[in-house]
Amino acid sequence: MEHIDPALIDWSRAQFAITAMYHWLFVPLTLGLSMIMGIMESLYVKTGDLFWKRTAQFWMKLFGINFAVGVATGLILEFQFGTNWSNYSWFVGDIFGAPLAIEGILAFFMEATFIAVMFWGWNKVSKGFHLASTWLTGIGASISAWWILVANTWMQHPVGMVFNPETVRNEMTDFFAVAFQPMAVTKFFHSVLSGWVFAAVFVVGVSCWYLLRKRHVKFALASIKIAAIFGLVGSLIVAFTGDKSGYEVAQNQPMKLAALENLQDGGNAQGLELAFGIKVPYMLSILSTRTANGYVPGINDILEGGYTQADGSIALPAEEKMRRGRIAVQALADFRDAVQQGDTPRAEAARDTLSAYSRYFGYGYVENPRDLVPSTGLLFWSFRIMVGLGMLFILFFLLAIFLGRKDRIVQSRYKWFYYVAIACIPLAMIAGQAGWIVAEVGRQPWAIQDLLPVNAAISSLQSGAVKTTFFIFLVLFTILLIAEAGIMLKAIAKGPEETETANENN
Amino acid sequence: MCTYEFLQNYWWFVVSLLGSILVFLLFVQGGNSLIFALGRDEQERSLLINSTGRKWEFTFTTLVTFGGAFFASFPLFYSTSFGGAYWIWFLILLSFVLQAVSYEFQGKLGNLLGKKTYQVFLVLNGFMGPFLLGAAVATFFNGSNFVVDKTNMASQMMPVISRWGNGWHGLDACLDPWNLILGFAVFFLARLLGNLYFINNIDDAELQPRLRRRLLIDCVPFLLFFLAFVIRTLCKNGFAVEPESGLVFMEPYKYLHNFLQMPVVAVIFAIGVLGVLWGLGKSIFCSRYTKGIWFAGIGTVLTVLALFLCVGYNNTAYYPSNLDLQSSLTLANSSSSLFTLKTMAFVSILVPFVLLYIIYAWRSIDKKKLTRKELEEEHGY
Repeated sequence: MEHIDPALIDWSRAQFAITAMYHWLFVPLTLGLSMIMGIMESLYVKTGDLFWKRTAQFWMKLFGINFAVGVATGLILEFQFGTNWSNYSWFVGDIFGAPLAIEGILAFFMEATFIAVMFWGWNKVSKGFHLASTWLTGIGASISAWWILVANTWMQHPVGMVFNPETVRNEMTDFFAVAFQPMAVTKFFHSVLSGWVFAAVFVVGVSCWYLLRKRHVKFALASIKIAAIFGLVGSLIVAFTGDKSGYEVAQNQPMKLAALENLQDGGNAQGLELAFGIKVPYMLSILSTRTANGYVPGINDILEGGYTQADGSIALPAEEKMRRGRIAVQALADFRDAVQQGDTPRAEAARDTLSAYSRYFGYGYVENPRDLVPSTGLLFWSFRIMVGLGMLFILFFLLAIFLGRKDRIVQSRYKWFYYVAIACIPLAMIAGQAGWIVAEVGRQPWAIQDLLPVNAAISSLQSGAVKTTFFIFLVLFTILLIAEAGIMLKAIAKGPEETETANENN
Repeated sequence: MCTYEFLQNYWWFVVSLLGSILVFLLFVQGGNSLIFALGRDEQERSLLINSTGRKWEFTFTTLVTFGGAFFASFPLFYSTSFGGAYWIWFLILLSFVLQAVSYEFQGKLGNLLGKKTYQVFLVLNGFMGPFLLGAAVATFFNGSNFVVDKTNMASQMMPVISRWGNGWHGLDACLDPWNLILGFAVFFLARLLGNLYFINNIDDAELQPRLRRRLLIDCVPFLLFFLAFVIRTLCKNGFAVEPESGLVFMEPYKYLHNFLQMPVVAVIFAIGVLGVLWGLGKSIFCSRYTKGIWFAGIGTVLTVLALFLCVGYNNTAYYPSNLDLQSSLTLANSSSSLFTLKTMAFVSILVPFVLLYIIYAWRSIDKKKLTRKELEEEHGY
């Protein structure tokens, strides 16, 4: 009998992962920098001071260098759902396609239209229209992120749909449940504002480099003051939504949480391990259940079942879920066969069985209970890196605000902060990457939580073909990253315009 | 009013409209294919690149939205074509990725690969993008090699429902010369539109006569390829659908019948073709005429829209399978559910508003022609 090649699944996952990771190297800067540019241009329009125009223009230049690669990798991500995850595209396309289409119609066009005015319109449109265009570019990017994160949240927590055996797919029944579920709201603020944090770290870091070189001091000080406050607001909201996200994961994806903590056997009053066995007592229970004595299931508990879940029901063992899943998959086969034979009673019976077991449908494709456990080592450390760096950035921005006041930061005794700020730029990138590893690796083996595992979501391709395109993308994206870094460094080394030009009187 | 059938037809119209606007916006790619042919020195190449460089986001966004709308409204096409014709879509996407970064990177210090490489990327996308998209769309008329069996979902070993019939995964489209012919027609059309956009957008005494000469050179192959494809399509057997049973069968002169049975579509097609010819002809013969892009552009949108409507409406299988006729995709068997189509129809009400702000922003930027002086004084690519 024909089997799915496991290598095909691995290379398809690898290709999607590499595209998503490169995408998230560029997009956070786009999301955050667009807001910072908007604030600076607003100051220009409000005060009429050309200094703010030059400051905004410099950050816009860096924004422009970064923007194109984010767009390019985003295009590949969207189409990969079709090219590499074609079964997924049919099985849930009725629900999943909608946010992607809405993103294009409502957000991406806004971003693409007004970015042209932002870059080329300085001497062609009024100050007010230009300022509106700058803000609309950023707002468009954020709305775009909303719909993408709605789609991603739906993969973590599928809602608002029903399985239709006639069309052999899930169909949407409640658009608002899909588009505005609480997890999506949390994910939006957590992800988009982590972009604000990255951009703020970037602006402070680049500005500190100028201070280190004693160049563009006024520009650097002004940029630090704005970015530090912006970054602090962002990082506090990221921390708050991070906590909320942890609670939601505990409710909806307990295996992800258990894997994040490498919690083999759970129980009541669980502590949170910081690292190397050091634990904060009760913390994991508080995070997961909002009570100090709350029960947190471990990996083995989830596989074996028998504990009381948050909704009061008793958790089923994984084997039982798989058995029910196989019944559901067989019921689908029976239904299709009965319909073809014109045997209505048998079709109705199969439909009833399918309906009763449809919530376990995805488990029908799982071969081994241990396949339900994601990579604990990778998740454990990614989670700690993300949270640890998130805490560090709160301190970093507090310090930047303190040093920015009365221009203390230019004093030579604070020179060490310049190095810290520059070092924080790659750390902010790492934090973002770690965050997505937590979200996506933690979802494995599911393409859609409990509904469709990755092995049933793929396209029918030769693994060699996907391996080839994986390496083409890897090489291409790496070249683009190096090129972008090179251009960015040259642009930073050149610095903002210091003198007024003939065109600044607009 | 909002029956399932109506909404399927409505969404085919929306997808067709996006596809036809995309073909018009391929003027960016067509223009890029001319960078080295028309730009004799770095300054002239810079003028050409900066001209289309202020519009590339629209093409890119329309491509993304076209994909998203197709996904939302006809997910079985998304899964069957993209997952099956893997290589052709991969090459199209790859060329667009190269294009997306090349504008910004080509003129910047520290760009790793050098200016010329990025300009070659733009030219590469200028050739590959329109040609491959044209060849891919031609398969809507000529068929592809795939099988769809939804019952596979009940197989635990191999649950994939859409399978390609050979290992070429889309490259087999290039074995049918009629796919290549539409590919060439779209390529030369994009080149002509790019040229017309340059004529409209660049105010340069040295470039203008050269642009018009080039227009004449590209016009001839475009007309040959386009007419050959249209005449052959009207004369060939088409993929028809029996509305009651959903069975697909071959019908002689199906696409000709579609035009005859849908006179509105035929009129749209005729107006579109006349618009393209008028825009081209007047630009070739009147040396001061610069508005040819609008006639040819709107003409392109109408022509391509009519072709899409012809291949989807009137009980026609829009994505036919040569391997298994009954696997062919029709509006009825490949669309999203009634609920999703209806929900998305509400969203589509916002499209005119989006078009309005695009037109406003476009006019704001293009009201002043691009000149060498502007590039010297202001920030450019």
